[in-house]
Amino acid sequence: MILTPETLQEFDREIAKYPAGEQRSAVMACLALAQRELGWLSPETIEFVANYLGMAPIAAWEVASFYNMYDLAPVGRHKITVCTNLPCALSGGVHAAEYLKKKLGIGFDETTPDGKFTLKEGECMGACGDAPVLLHNNHRMCSFMTKERIDQLLAELEKQ
Amino acid sequence: MSAHALILAGLDGDRTWRLQDYVARGGYAALKKIVAEKTPPDAIIAELKASGLRGRGGAGFPTGLKWSFMPRAFPGDKYLACNSDEGEPGTFKDRDILRYNPHAVIEGMIIGAWAMGCTRGYNYIHGEIFEIYRRFEEALAEARAAGLLGRNILGSDFSFELFAHHGYGAYICGEETALLESIEGKKGQPRFKPPFPASFGIYGKPTTINNTETFASVPFILGMGGEAFLNLGKPNNGGTKIFSISGHVNRPGNYELNLGTPFAELLELAGGIRGGRKLKAVIPGGSSSPVLPANIIMDCTLDYDAISKAGSMLGSGAVIVMDESTCMVKALERLSYFYHEESCGQCTPCREGTGWLYRVVHRIEHGLGRPGDVDLLKSVAGNIMGRTICALGDAAAMPVQGFVKHFGDEFAYHIEHKQCLVPRGVQDAGSQIYVSPSC
Ligand SMILES: Cc1cc2nc3c(=O)[nH]c(=O)nc-3n(C[C@H](O)[C@H](O)[C@H](O)COP(=O)(O)O)c2cc1C
Ligand code: SF4
Ligand code: FES
Repeated sequence: MILTPETLQEFDREIAKYPAGEQRSAVMACLALAQRELGWLSPETIEFVANYLGMAPIAAWEVASFYNMYDLAPVGRHKITVCTNLPCALSGGVHAAEYLKKKLGIGFDETTPDGKFTLKEGECMGACGDAPVLLHNNHRMCSFMTKERIDQLLAELEKQ
Repeated sequence: MSAHALILAGLDGDRTWRLQDYVARGGYAALKKIVAEKTPPDAIIAELKASGLRGRGGAGFPTGLKWSFMPRAFPGDKYLACNSDEGEPGTFKDRDILRYNPHAVIEGMIIGAWAMGCTRGYNYIHGEIFEIYRRFEEALAEARAAGLLGRNILGSDFSFELFAHHGYGAYICGEETALLESIEGKKGQPRFKPPFPASFGIYGKPTTINNTETFASVPFILGMGGEAFLNLGKPNNGGTKIFSISGHVNRPGNYELNLGTPFAELLELAGGIRGGRKLKAVIPGGSSSPVLPANIIMDCTLDYDAISKAGSMLGSGAVIVMDESTCMVKALERLSYFYHEESCGQCTPCREGTGWLYRVVHRIEHGLGRPGDVDLLKSVAGNIMGRTICALGDAAAMPVQGFVKHFGDEFAYHIEHKQCLVPRGVQDAGSQIYVSPSC
């Protein structure tokens, strides 16, 4: 067993949202839950999820590789995704990304040597009025990310 | 927010999303009346038709008409899907609806289920807004506990189950048939139509898909009557619409206005252009709608018909404002990159064409443009239009056509002089698109 019983309970809760026999519909949610627990999705994890749902591993793999928020390779403890799409760019989205690159000393799709931070370039997160926006570990959205607020966020994450 | 607001009205406290607060604002009254009076489905659909409500997700299809397409006598499950996969750059209204008024969406979906005989529903929520997905699940739990969802709603013999489905980062899943595939646990690749979702949707069952804001409008329409809703707007453009305004304005945000309100009024509500600069151009309906120069948009009212007459689309109501410091080539380059990234790759014209468009705009922007490149852009865009399975192909082509049509001189200048028509210093002071000089 590679996942905790609590996570598997959450799997079952997701499966219950769909009609009997359609448990495959829960694959996106289960992959997300597995990633939350293990940090990224290895081939073994994807196969485990597929078996749990009674679907072909290749079908689960197709899903995992299609959607951008799944990580198919290890990432840092803190994955930071910055939106640089046009509406955000008009309000400093690219500046925020550049500042992060400078502070962390890495580019997009890179991880700091200590394994703490990974930086990603994101597309519209549906929050353009709050630009610059970034997403921490897929789950927490941070708005109006000026330099000062980026400093605060990094200091907070550094301690974790 | 404006005095005319319906969906965004009275959302000042920090518990507005709770069932109790929604009920205090008059929520669920429409549903209770329908259940108590056993309102016939036809009467509800007639009310929606009278309201002139058009889909708020982008295409503007009349909602009453869409609801009338669902087969009546179908044995077994029929489905309802809410499209909260808001990913069209510039659009951020559905997030606020779900954040502050989720029960309006839930009530709208329950009424829809009653009118179309649906037994199950899903709200597909954009991947990046996990906190809002969580909140929506809490709102669903509240509704279930109050007997508003599930078996025998409000003691009647009407049952409807509703769940939230969390996306995980794919713009294409906002396309309605890709969304269906995604709910089925597959890659989000759009389906050929026909068959249309009303006959072959989730798990092959009849399905109706509407946008979050469309569903949220339904309780208000039934509360005030279709005609009163229509009269808030103008003929063929009924009701209020939430406009997400972003870019070079002082107060970006969501403003709910009557359809037919002058654009100038929205710009004023949003505090005007930052730094006292001049308006240059506006993308009026999300990134896929053709850009309009200042002189055209300043004369427009915000409604489906007026914007379409001006050569663009009201789309999702996402108004992206650019001031005089913006380089239009750079702006288009970022959008073209986005469509290329998000193409699902099924159709050759879209897969290859979006890459081609991006590469050509990119080289023009970077001083490597060739004479003929503007014509090349026009021809590639023209060859994508109408030749693909879903509308993402068109969505990628239309911005190119709009930018080249209205700002062709900037593209030509870039090609000839290997630099921007907008002086470097002006851009640095204003547009914010750049960080280091690279133009
Ligand atoms: C590429 C693409 C992306 C789309 N994204 C969305 C979206 O994020 N939200 C949405 O409601 N509709 C989106 N649509 C439109 C939907 O396909 C569909 O028309 C809409 O959800 C129907 O609801 P409505 O009639 O209430 O507008 C998109 C369409 C395309 C082609
Ligand atoms: S038009 Fe593009 S996104 Fe749509 S189905 Fe074809 S390849 Fe996929
Ligand atoms: S463009 Fe960045 S959140 Fe929409």
